Amino acid sequence: MEFPDAAVRVRGLVKRFKEVEAVSGIDLDVHPGETFGFLGPNGAGKSTTIKILCTLTDATAGTAEVAGFDVATERNAVRRHIGLVFQEPTLDAYLTAEQNLRFHGELYGVDRRTAASRRTEVLAMVGLQDRRSSRVQTYSGGMRRRLEIARGLLHSPRVLFLDEPTIGLDPQTRASIWDYLRELHRREDITVFVTTHYMDEAENCDRIAIMNAGRIVALDTPDALKAAVGADRVSITTADDGAAIRALDEQFHLPAAVREGAVSFAVADGAAFVPQLFARLPVPIQSVTVTRPSLDDVFLSYAGTTIRDAERTAGPNPMAIFAGRGR
Amino acid sequence: MTTTVSTTIPAVFVPASGLRHQVRATVVVWQREMIRFTRDPARMLSALIQPVLFLFVLGSGLSSLVRAGTGSVDFRTFLFPGVLATSVLFTAAFAGISMVWDREFGFLREMLVAPVSSTAILTGKCLGGATVATLQSLVILALAGTVGVPYSPVMMVELVGLLFLMAFLITALGLVLAARVKQVQSAMPLVQLIITPLMFLSGALFPLSGLPTWLNLVTKLNPMTYAVEPLRSVIFDRLRLDAVSRLRLDPGIRWGSWSVPVSLQVTLVAAVCLVLLSIAVAMFARTE
Repeated sequence: MEFPDAAVRVRGLVKRFKEVEAVSGIDLDVHPGETFGFLGPNGAGKSTTIKILCTLTDATAGTAEVAGFDVATERNAVRRHIGLVFQEPTLDAYLTAEQNLRFHGELYGVDRRTAASRRTEVLAMVGLQDRRSSRVQTYSGGMRRRLEIARGLLHSPRVLFLDEPTIGLDPQTRASIWDYLRELHRREDITVFVTTHYMDEAENCDRIAIMNAGRIVALDTPDALKAAVGADRVSITTADDGAAIRALDEQFHLPAAVREGAVSFAVADGAAFVPQLFARLPVPIQSVTVTRPSLDDVFLSYAGTTIRDAERTAGPNPMAIFAGRGR
Repeated sequence: MTTTVSTTIPAVFVPASGLRHQVRATVVVWQREMIRFTRDPARMLSALIQPVLFLFVLGSGLSSLVRAGTGSVDFRTFLFPGVLATSVLFTAAFAGISMVWDREFGFLREMLVAPVSSTAILTGKCLGGATVATLQSLVILALAGTVGVPYSPVMMVELVGLLFLMAFLITALGLVLAARVKQVQSAMPLVQLIITPLMFLSGALFPLSGLPTWLNLVTKLNPMTYAVEPLRSVIFDRLRLDAVSRLRLDPGIRWGSWSVPVSLQVTLVAAVCLVLLSIAVAMFARTE
């Protein structure tokens, strides 16, 4: 196996801008072949980290390897083995899709004998083969993003980095982008590293890291993270809510309350608890809902705030400072 | 290079980076400039308006006034090399400054994150700008006969070569500006601000003889002077005119009493091209 044991390996990574520490010493291993989600509010340091991994900016301290190459000392080797899809569009709208891909292939030195068939295949994968000769300026936002993904794959990268690939897209298009990313895993031998601040999208990842204020505060599979947060929430509607609350207290020692018109309580394994509930509760039950904790709950428990509140209080985005200075 | 996962799409082979790869990158950046040029016929036409106005309106309008000074030579004939020079100026400058738009629309990043040197990319950009500008000047060159310049094939080849070199210089200058300018709306005024003085202080529109001291000094410090003078020299070599007129209309460039040979002028321009390109490479490498 030629693959290194980690597609991305990060040790003690720090990035400081003049006044802001965007990344405060993170460690990370991304396994080959997995879809790795990088979550956090805007300003958490996700984009800075991804820029370091893609050799676009230097770390202040620490090391990072991508596809087995050091991002600081083997810059071109890293670049040859990664595909990039940025938050901001990077297509030439005056060129056709085909021309954009051809440009990319030449810039990356893709072998000419296989380049044409590869172009056809990546376009087919994102469903743009019929529009390959149209100029990109005639494309919708979702089509452009799909073309960027196809282009990121053109040179057969080992690791595909996507920085907020669904930002600014409508929910339906967002879902279709994730369909393409899943399809990609079926067809290509590739590691996907994706940042997002949509918690629902993180469910599509094999493992996720939650980043907040420059640090990784949690790293595991979505299910394990949710399980670690603890209890499921069970809501029941009954013929007599008052009696049901009293019975829950007496029979199970569970404190319950009426929330949004249903009797609601927390219990460790909600699905397994439901049969006991029916057997022992003296009040007729009309309906039951068991809710697993969401990644929003996970974020709340690790960061001490919801992702939306974190974004509101994150203050100036450190990347804005970087963009202003760097560009 | 594949592991256990079966793939239905064959991975493409990306060879290790070498000179061939760098050349391919340069060529494809050049090709993009060509494609964009052919997609924008309005830009092509508008860039030709100014030189045509100079040649036929300004040239004809002033020719009776300056007849005493130009002797047997039509003023428009005198003006022709200068007008050729102006015909490449704005197109080349625009090709260079267009990097500001590439940055604005994100495409600069696509270029700068590739595993290829920024020298290869910026060289492609300069060659592209120079090619586009030179192609455009062919329209003016075709008008040579209407102002009394003979269609000598050797002269035409020399002129095209010199125009290409000049356009390369201006495109590289545009790239240096583009590295500093971040705002799309300030890019075009800046081009005007830089290019117009370069043109007026180059001797494109007047002979370099009998100038006031300050103007004489400024024209000699202007690299454009060394790009324009060879054009005039090449054209005047094909004209039949007496030594006195030649000396008055095309005195060449003198450093003190030494007359700078045309070959050295061309070498100087080529050297400035390389210096500007290197500056642009250093500036762009720093920004991303």
